[in-house]
Amino acid sequence: MALSARMKRNVTGWALILPLVLILIPFFVLPIIGVAVTSFLESDGFGGIIPNFTWDNYLTLFSSDLTFNLYWSTVKFTFFTWVFSLFFGFWVAYFLVFHVRNQLFALGLFLLCTVPFWTSNIIRMISWIPLLGKEGLINSALLAAGIIDQPLEVLLFSSLAVVIAYVHQLTIFMIVPIFNSMARIDKRLVEAAVDAGASKFDVVRLIVLPMCKSGIALGSIFVVSIVMGDFFVVKVMSGGGTASVVGAFYEDIGVLQYPSAAASAILLTVIVFLMVVAILRTVDVRKELS
Amino acid sequence: MVCLSTHEAHSETGDIRMSKGKGHTGHKNGSGGGKISRRQVLKGAAAVAGVAAGSGAITGFPTIWAQEIKDIELRHVGVSYSVVKAIGDQASADLGFKVTMQNLDTSAAINRFITQPNTVDIPDLEGWQAKLATRRGVLQGIEVAKIKEFDNFLPIFTKGEFEGSVVSRQGISPYEAMYVESKDATEIHEGVTEWATNLPQVYNADSIGYRPDLVVRPVTQWKELIDPAYKGKAAILDVPAIGIMDAALCFESADLIKYGNKGNMTKEEIDFTINKLIELKRDGHFRATWTTFDQSVQLMAAGEVVIQSMWSPAVAAVRVKEIPCTYAAVNKQGDKEGYRGWCNGLGLMRHLEGKKLEAAYEYINWYYTGWQGAFVSRYGYYSPVPSTAQKFMTPAEWDFWYLGKPSPEVVNDPYGVPMEPAGTVRDGGSFIERVTNISCWNTLMDEAAYMNKRWNDFKVA
Repeated sequence: MALSARMKRNVTGWALILPLVLILIPFFVLPIIGVAVTSFLESDGFGGIIPNFTWDNYLTLFSSDLTFNLYWSTVKFTFFTWVFSLFFGFWVAYFLVFHVRNQLFALGLFLLCTVPFWTSNIIRMISWIPLLGKEGLINSALLAAGIIDQPLEVLLFSSLAVVIAYVHQLTIFMIVPIFNSMARIDKRLVEAAVDAGASKFDVVRLIVLPMCKSGIALGSIFVVSIVMGDFFVVKVMSGGGTASVVGAFYEDIGVLQYPSAAASAILLTVIVFLMVVAILRTVDVRKELS
Repeated sequence: MVCLSTHEAHSETGDIRMSKGKGHTGHKNGSGGGKISRRQVLKGAAAVAGVAAGSGAITGFPTIWAQEIKDIELRHVGVSYSVVKAIGDQASADLGFKVTMQNLDTSAAINRFITQPNTVDIPDLEGWQAKLATRRGVLQGIEVAKIKEFDNFLPIFTKGEFEGSVVSRQGISPYEAMYVESKDATEIHEGVTEWATNLPQVYNADSIGYRPDLVVRPVTQWKELIDPAYKGKAAILDVPAIGIMDAALCFESADLIKYGNKGNMTKEEIDFTINKLIELKRDGHFRATWTTFDQSVQLMAAGEVVIQSMWSPAVAAVRVKEIPCTYAAVNKQGDKEGYRGWCNGLGLMRHLEGKKLEAAYEYINWYYTGWQGAFVSRYGYYSPVPSTAQKFMTPAEWDFWYLGKPSPEVVNDPYGVPMEPAGTVRDGGSFIERVTNISCWNTLMDEAAYMNKRWNDFKVA
């Protein structure tokens, strides 16, 4: 009897994950195996792949300063985007959960946060250009007010512009999971803490922050993996002034150097995977959610 | 059943023109055409259009029956400035079968031709793409004898010579990538044969665009682009294969280096060029780099830069916004200067056969009957068969675009939107003056993989 109950549970479990498995195997596992295999083959320089095993693609990758510089630049963007989107995401969620008393109103405001995301990423990014340009709104206003006498060039086609665009695009990915986990905090805990003499800051530091770690972790996974895997924002907002890991191997694909592009892609996958593992090591999302 | 009417020419390729406008007087066949009389209708329509355009006979009638071709759909795939919806619509109307235009960027296009050859019928190819695609065996040779206007093609393409001199072979000239020995050959052949990898359809000579009101002197040399006077106000094209050639033209112009072949550099030459670019970047010389037509227009129109490598229609697009912008006439001076030429051509994918292949030949022949040539000429590009394009242009348009004379009337773009006032003279002069001054062509170097890596060094520096 016990055995059959366990078997039944197993069958239910498998049935539940089956749809995901059916999607992941053909559309994720098989392609990535293909990419991994390609990364160990030779290119004929004309888009052809010669089925000879070689370490060359990886050796070139690891022996090149370019790889290091590209990762340094991409990780920098990831870090700053993470810090600012976490900062804004956290406080927006905090405001919605703890300061808006009417729950329905809070939900309404939360939905309002998503409104800008009904438009395309590209539109939201490009909208910054007329604002930040040499003859853009901000520079015109500062010039007219006499605060500066030369337009600030650092506003557009700079790393600053890249981070602004990313934070604008990705803060929602922080707000949603943090809002979610904050909303589950028992308000009586906060009351008890205040009654026991905790300051507002203490409440945030000792109760809210630890209890929405899982939301922060999930948001961080979204932000980190998106920025690490993106190249378009960097290309447009930096005015081509800097490069990104993906942008660089997209150029390889443009001239049909598939094996070296595949090696770069595998390396990036491994690095992003390790970053996600590191985040999950810090926060046990499963435990927090249960 | 046949009516002569003005129809809307829609542009979905936003990068050619910001605004859409009324098309010029064209023709379309009436809705009551029916299956059986379709062919007569088409003939009638084409004849009426011929009269309307004030031209002589039109060649390239459909030679296969309407019943057999009506279900055929040809997919013409390539970059937006070359594969234009309005042209496909006109071809569909004239030919009686459907032509669908699909746009991709250069690298996505070559990847699609090679990895999914069966999803494309007519690939739009630059010389270097034709070379790669031929090598991969995804193309079939075009039988030159089946191309009616072939003898009227300019010899720039068919023989590699023009106006009595040899066309530059720096980079991959259209002639260099044009021929193969047989229909199924996978090696480019040096010299004229009966089989073409692709046939040129649109081309131009690229140089520099600048703000005449903000530069210190008129620009006639590439070295102006790297002149310290324009520190923080210059931009360069960020498509590695051609961006590096623009840079090479600058450095050669400034006497910093002499290249063996700018279009196929050695590793040492690549290193020199990239290091020099990195030096300029660290000095803050470049405000930005650009990859799309629109970006180059925005950079200039928004006052971000005063000088940059640029395409002719992009300069016109800036001027339409009433911002002065000039296309630099960088005529050859000895071994230096000159325009960077580019050319896109039509190919035939290998999987085409039977009726569909016949339709593809009809389509290619249609391209050279003049409507398309006139269309592309109106945004500043050129037709490989100017003699037929001329028939679809007004004498004023011909004077302006090809002869380099002051236009006696307002110049309209392909969609009928005014773009230049009467009396304007085209920057760079006549067709012959511009084309004979092409000193190198868009390319893919043997060291492309190395060059790409070094270009990324420049980007990330």
